[in-house]
Amino acid sequence: MQRIGDAPRVRRLLVFLAVALSTLFLLLPLVAIFAQAFAQGVGVFWTNVSNEYTVAAIGLTLFIALLTIPVCLVFGVALAWLVTRFRFPGRRVLQTLIDIPFAVSPVVAGLIYLLLYGRTGWLGSWLDQYDIQLMFAWPGILMVTIFVTCPFVARELIPLMQAQGSREEEAAVTLGAPGWTVFRRVTLPNIRWALLYGVILTNARAVGEFGAVSVVSGAIRGQTNTLPLHLEQLYQDYNTVGAFASASLLAFIALLTLVAKASLEWRAARREVHP
Amino acid sequence: MSIRLQNIAKHFGTSRALEPVNLDIRDGELVGLLGPSGSGKTTLLRIMAGLETADREPAGRILFGNRDVTNLHVRDRRIGFVFQHYALFRHMSVFDNVAFGLTVMPRKSRPTSGEIRARVHRLLEMVKLEELANRYPAQLSGGQQQRVSLARALALRPEVLLLDEPFGALDAKVRQELRRWLRHLHDELNFTSVFVTHDQEEALELSDRVVVMSNGRIEQIDTPDTLYRSPTNRFVFEFLGDVNHLEGSVRDGVLTCGDARLAVDLPDGAEELLLRPHEVELVESATANAHLPVTVTAISPVGAEVRVELEADWLGEPWLATVRHSDYERLKLTRGMRLFAVPRRWHRFPDERSTPERKRLEVA
Repeated sequence: MQRIGDAPRVRRLLVFLAVALSTLFLLLPLVAIFAQAFAQGVGVFWTNVSNEYTVAAIGLTLFIALLTIPVCLVFGVALAWLVTRFRFPGRRVLQTLIDIPFAVSPVVAGLIYLLLYGRTGWLGSWLDQYDIQLMFAWPGILMVTIFVTCPFVARELIPLMQAQGSREEEAAVTLGAPGWTVFRRVTLPNIRWALLYGVILTNARAVGEFGAVSVVSGAIRGQTNTLPLHLEQLYQDYNTVGAFASASLLAFIALLTLVAKASLEWRAARREVHP
Repeated sequence: MSIRLQNIAKHFGTSRALEPVNLDIRDGELVGLLGPSGSGKTTLLRIMAGLETADREPAGRILFGNRDVTNLHVRDRRIGFVFQHYALFRHMSVFDNVAFGLTVMPRKSRPTSGEIRARVHRLLEMVKLEELANRYPAQLSGGQQQRVSLARALALRPEVLLLDEPFGALDAKVRQELRRWLRHLHDELNFTSVFVTHDQEEALELSDRVVVMSNGRIEQIDTPDTLYRSPTNRFVFEFLGDVNHLEGSVRDGVLTCGDARLAVDLPDGAEELLLRPHEVELVESATANAHLPVTVTAISPVGAEVRVELEADWLGEPWLATVRHSDYERLKLTRGMRLFAVPRRWHRFPDERSTPERKRLEVA
């Protein structure tokens, strides 16, 4: 007797398609990036990577990611807590609002920020009186990066916290624990894996964001150029090796992130079996 | 410590979970809140704990002893609470679960870590789980988890222990064991306990007094014995056990229903009598007072008594009778056998507000 969906021919076809497509669309480009980056040898690669502007771009990118993560972390936890632990009018609307950054094209997001906070913008013109410049400087890049990445942590936490319910927290309170202690000793340990997972996704997106950042950054070499922007500039300048060297750095960060994510999932799965 | 609830009501949005309720629980008492789901029993328990707040209007009061705790936060009420699904901290070992209440005390009053360790081990000994101190909740059976959650609730030596369906998710045998054990613990440590259950047997077996609830109202508060023997209304009567109905019309002191007749001392008119299964006797021939022909449709000779299902044309729903094993053998009961039922006793609740009537019949 055969199980449903177990026709050998269909199975072989599907396996072939999966392998072929992921090779063509995922693996091959990745290999190509590294091949191109090292096409003229390690020396040229190193010259490109250690280039003053590239180093500045790497620095800015990591700096932005480093600032984005804590903001998204606090925001995500607070939002998930609010949505899963309290009943209030507008709760569902709020849950939908969280998804706006996912739904809106990043370029549109960048333009909105430019419109609001640019020198001639509604809030920007007021800030300009006090000599505060947000757009075409790192604060602007940070703002749009936060906008684009803020749903990740909350999105990871909400289903988990909904499923876990608030019984353990109630138990902790009946045992006399103050609010902060409840959060630190009961809530946080229960959500830590989802939280880390959310951080990894946030980091991946913060490092790689192009669209929104390109609108508000002004792409001043050595000052407001993030790694993705720098890469695109190099490419426009026909510096293929330089562009791919930067691309390989981005790909490398992405791979690191994926490894971290996979190992977390692996540990989480193992915890289910042996807690 | 005694618990006194005065005029406690609760609405969730527009739906009413509790009508204004008054309840006095004496110091050292073990009280069961019994009712079907949606009767408000868990809400009442959670209000006692402070996990829910009662309505502001009408203004109610909650007193623990002489202390007014109405506006006191849960964490300051000093109660032990046992949750329905245990709510153990899943990332903490059994030891850390039990120790939690002690380790979160303010630094000034907190026992030293040595004292905490000694106390937790004493508690684990009490619930017979010393050797599982390093396990995690997921590695324990339901009964073991419930014992951990009890030890955790007792760690701070509360004077009030509140339990929400404590044995609901356990199998029959473990349940029985834990019930006995809780009773024992209650008598030994002398706290006041209130537990919620929807299981009549559990409530009647475990409680000093039972509070029967339905639709956010308290229907009756009494000892298990009084409750079972003299329920104040039809709801309590029906909720506490199996019930047989006999509907018919009375004329000249005889209730008639199809070809069934029963002599009753009641005025003329429509009547409904209620009988417990053990109040139905089976005989081979009709008596002068009762002519209720029935057919045996099912027999279950398991347990202390034999349960017999009876059907008849004059019956809407089948009756259930419990007979002694000796009677079962004497009558040689078999399926399809035709017999006569004789009510030894019956109950009627003609009007929910008036006192119920009970009548004992002499079996002729």
